[in-house]
Amino acid sequence: MSAIEPLVARAEELAYDLDLAHVRAWKAAAPRRLAIGYLPVWAPRELFWACGALPVAILGGGDRLEIIKGDACFQSYVCHLPRSVVELGLSGRLDALDGMVFPSICDVIRNLSGMWRMLFPKKFARYLDLPQNFDPELGGAFFAGELRRLRDDLIKLGARPPSDDDLRRAVALYDENRKLHDALFALRRAQPWNAPTSEVYVLVRAGAVLPPDEHSELLRAYLAAAEAEPRPPRDNARVAVVGAFCEQPPLDLIKTLEQAGCYVVHDDFVLGARFIKGTIGPLAAGEDPLDGIARAFLEKSMAHASVWTARGGKGDELVETVQRCGAEGVLFASPSFCDPALLDQPMLQRALDRAHVPHTNFKYSENSGQFQGIREQAGTFADAIKLWSEA
Amino acid sequence: MSGPPPSRGTSDPQKEPSMLRQKEMIGAHYHKLATAPETGAKSAYTFVPGNLTELLLSFDVLPVLPEINALQSAMRGKSAEYIAKAEKLGQSEDVCTYVKCDYGMMKSGNVGPTGERLPTPDLLLLSYTGCFTFMKWFELLRQEYGAPTVMLHVPYQGDGVATREMRDYVVKQLKRVVIPALEKTSGRKYDEDKLKEHLARSAKAEEDLVAVFESAKHRPSPIDAYFGGVYYIGPIFSAFRGTQDAIEYYQLLRGEIEERMRLGLGPVTPEGPIERERYRLVVEGPPNWTSFREFWRMFSDEGAVVVNSTYTKVGGVYEDGFRHDPARPLESLAEYCLGCYTNLNLPTRAAKIVKYIRDYSADGFLIHSVKSCDSFSAGQLTILRDVESKCGKPGAFIESDLVDPRYFSASNVKNRLESDLQMIEQQRKAEPASCAP
Ligand code: SF4
Ligand code: SF4
Repeated sequence: MSAIEPLVARAEELAYDLDLAHVRAWKAAAPRRLAIGYLPVWAPRELFWACGALPVAILGGGDRLEIIKGDACFQSYVCHLPRSVVELGLSGRLDALDGMVFPSICDVIRNLSGMWRMLFPKKFARYLDLPQNFDPELGGAFFAGELRRLRDDLIKLGARPPSDDDLRRAVALYDENRKLHDALFALRRAQPWNAPTSEVYVLVRAGAVLPPDEHSELLRAYLAAAEAEPRPPRDNARVAVVGAFCEQPPLDLIKTLEQAGCYVVHDDFVLGARFIKGTIGPLAAGEDPLDGIARAFLEKSMAHASVWTARGGKGDELVETVQRCGAEGVLFASPSFCDPALLDQPMLQRALDRAHVPHTNFKYSENSGQFQGIREQAGTFADAIKLWSEA
Repeated sequence: MSGPPPSRGTSDPQKEPSMLRQKEMIGAHYHKLATAPETGAKSAYTFVPGNLTELLLSFDVLPVLPEINALQSAMRGKSAEYIAKAEKLGQSEDVCTYVKCDYGMMKSGNVGPTGERLPTPDLLLLSYTGCFTFMKWFELLRQEYGAPTVMLHVPYQGDGVATREMRDYVVKQLKRVVIPALEKTSGRKYDEDKLKEHLARSAKAEEDLVAVFESAKHRPSPIDAYFGGVYYIGPIFSAFRGTQDAIEYYQLLRGEIEERMRLGLGPVTPEGPIERERYRLVVEGPPNWTSFREFWRMFSDEGAVVVNSTYTKVGGVYEDGFRHDPARPLESLAEYCLGCYTNLNLPTRAAKIVKYIRDYSADGFLIHSVKSCDSFSAGQLTILRDVESKCGKPGAFIESDLVDPRYFSASNVKNRLESDLQMIEQQRKAEPASCAP
């Protein structure tokens, strides 16, 4: 029997553990354990873990959750993610969480942080302003201060006060996890047939509810199995998928792209785990680890719709990524009504045009069920790419 | 809605001297902008929330406010064309129409509201306060103009407070990022004494602005604090805060309003004065600009007067005592930026509405939710329920857009407003409710 299948099946179960059963089990296994949820894209998981709290990525309910109460909280012109997050909260599925952190990514998540305080007044809810100024003495100092404030709030909530060593160990654990992500993406770039994105996606997303070491174990096992069981390549077009960093596309949509003849060799799904490029460490001797995390954010965070493009030109990093991963075209896949993705798109498209990279775009919602139109569009795009590359 | 005789007089609207004064001021400002290429005057594009007008003026740099241009385009009936142009150029139908309207205007020759051309920016000053879209908007303009761009990151009051660390972070950015950029743009050194003079003028005008809005506590209210209010905030939210013009305008306005109050008169509308105040409302959210007069008329026809609104606080919240302070120039600019309405968290916004309803003896409230604006709109349904539960006052929820006429349905808006007013009538017959603190 293939070793890949059970790994992928386990990853899928973890990726869509909307009831947080694994989080409950983890908390129950030892006293004084906390769990902190965080919204996309990035949160300082190292800090949570060093405090004895499991970081839990809240990525919405996708197409696996019936929305009963969440729709009553949002107008039709707001994206879908906050509805399903509110639904998860109001239905008690997030009760295992001791608090929620809302990073600054857009005004919807920003305002959701306030709604959370109003809807769940007894729960810890914290908005986390990520720096938009990248000078270490300005944005860096401010952000390190924010991280310290967050640490102090977690301690007030009952978390273990983290020592420097706790923080260093947490940074090392997540750095190891980041390296394994990098290895997984390197495999997908080199042999997309041996690491299809529909598998990579659930493997990465499984990290939403797992401790870092357990997740690393899962990634390691998959990498070994994928190497041991090579699969035949197909004549697919290599594409990058961009814009799906927050509200997640349904798994069937990702499979649809593959069935339409695309190898997704780069994507921005579940981005938090790789938002910092490379590693945070090694931390300098004597460096406060929270300063180290803040520094890594300033120096190594990826170009992203939620972050001011202070360095380089808009879209430069995307062009570079496309070239590095050998993508022949870009599929812009944005959630409907997602301002960050949709406002970024024309600027990124312009950069791609300058670099003669073909692109196409479509919108989706996390609970979309019909993919026929997307299948045809992606299929036509893949065919066109192949024709161009043959010409 | 049927009911008692018209609440509004039918006389021709009289242009108040303050209105004429404002028109002159705005005309002169746009003329200065239009002639900037010849005079050599420098301009900086920036946003209303968190604007640093006094600082710009201290460098003799002229502010251009793209949001104001967008709303003016809508009032002139040009926004549909501009938005269509922007969508044709690749902007999504889902995103903020202010951005698209401005972008479309720029791509159509950048002709401003007075019919004169706007200058290309010498500086894009991104006061990143209270709205995520601002960042995207200026990335787009930077791509178009290639102008130097500075980002002033103003942290959000997520916990409902502006901390000392937040203020210090903004001050440091002013010192190390914004001021050097203005020095470079203008070719002048930073002159703190000049800045202080502007700030002292701001504080004077702010005092009068607060008095104007507080006049709505009177019965009948001499002003409409939403539809009329958007005119009152015009100078201070845009290019005139910190100028002698603003001081004189607000003195004139305050005088007129105090006189109306003394005479027991209601607000002036484009169709004439409201002669009988029947409903006192609080409104949350920006107006619709494409059908502004029609929207206002729906209220004034019913004798519904807006006694306070949140929109008139987007460019600064002065009611709690904040004033620009020449003794603490950069600190007070930072505090100003941090305190703008859309930089406040949702519980604070809801608490403000409750307070307005209580302090201004409102009968009910209305949320005008605009499709464009996640900053305002996301979470407004939670605000609605929270305010209703705390006040027991009826709340209406109306949806349209800022500058995209496709999303304004007069019949829907009218129906919602009427049912809110009916609920107020029903409540009047029952026990009067009061707001919980
Ligand atoms: S999908 Fe887009 S608009 Fe919606 S919460 Fe996420 S980033 Fe914000
Ligand atoms: S999203 Fe709202 S606050 Fe931001 S630019 Fe658009 S209308 Fe203005």
